[in-house]
Amino acid sequence: MVNRAVTGAHYGLRDWLAQRITAVIMAVYTVILLVVLLVGQPINYGVWQDLFKQGWMRVATLLFAASLAWHAWVGVRDIIMDYIKPTGLRLSLEALVLLTIAGYLAWAIQILWR
Amino acid sequence: MRFSIYRYDPDKDSAPRMQDYEVALEPTDRMLLDALTRIKSVDDSVSYRRSCREGICGSDAMNINGKNGLACITKLADLPEHVTLRPLPGLPVIRDLIVDMTQFFKQYHSIKPYLINDEPAPERERLQSPEDRDELNGLYECILCACCSTSCPSFWWNPDKFVGPAGLLQAYRFIADTRDQATSERLDNLEDPYRLFRCHTIMNCVDVCPKNLNPTRAIGKIKDMMVKRAV
Repeated sequence: MVNRAVTGAHYGLRDWLAQRITAVIMAVYTVILLVVLLVGQPINYGVWQDLFKQGWMRVATLLFAASLAWHAWVGVRDIIMDYIKPTGLRLSLEALVLLTIAGYLAWAIQILWR
Repeated sequence: MRFSIYRYDPDKDSAPRMQDYEVALEPTDRMLLDALTRIKSVDDSVSYRRSCREGICGSDAMNINGKNGLACITKLADLPEHVTLRPLPGLPVIRDLIVDMTQFFKQYHSIKPYLINDEPAPERERLQSPEDRDELNGLYECILCACCSTSCPSFWWNPDKFVGPAGLLQAYRFIADTRDQATSERLDNLEDPYRLFRCHTIMNCVDVCPKNLNPTRAIGKIKDMMVKRAV
């Protein structure tokens, strides 16, 4: 294969937009969580458990975790694209990051619904 | 005033060095370029580009005390007693303060910096409404001095793939032009993780532009148009 600089993958807009939308979702969730924690004082194990027994809290937290996962994937891939030049190493690292993020997301689901 | 100037001749020197010059300025010396002219009269081996000496040609862009700017419109009165001059960062040095701009202009050419309109030219000129013309303000004034692109880390890491702030500002100049008919092709050409989306909005370009232009805003408008096209 000749060593030429190639561009023109024709993607990027969706990831850029997703990173902004997921940021908004995470910000809204953070505010909701802070309000819930401030209103529910004093927070003990029982209050915490009751909070996460409710369906809406579980779904909202899952939405937060999914947003974080997508946001982090775009961001970490950007860093890898900036600094890791060899294609093989880059692809391996990207796969590793993707698998790790998917693992964390599955773990979050397990924690929320066990 | 004391000047430390980056000296490097790749044909002779094994490594770059900094050379100090003590300059007695005359009252008529107003701009940094005037001081460089004095230095050149003492040591004619100091090399830099210059032409119009009034901020129009964009030749004498250099790194002045760590910040890119044009020597001809940088006031000596605004500089401290000790000034360090280096070539624009990130581009290969040809000699002293002169850099090889090939990569920069390659990116500029890649955005097709000319009006594309296949309709036969009218008798006199292609007209625009005053409002449409206003959109080009802050875009057409770019003099391609490369201060912005060479202050951008994304351009340092990927000069062969990332168009850079100067090229993207010019790209938006033609995307925004109502007389241009290639808007969609221009957006297609830029929709790429490297060509456009290496911009992480750190705004170094806005900070250094000697013409006070805002490439970050132009890049944002390109993204807005892509969103408008996609959703």
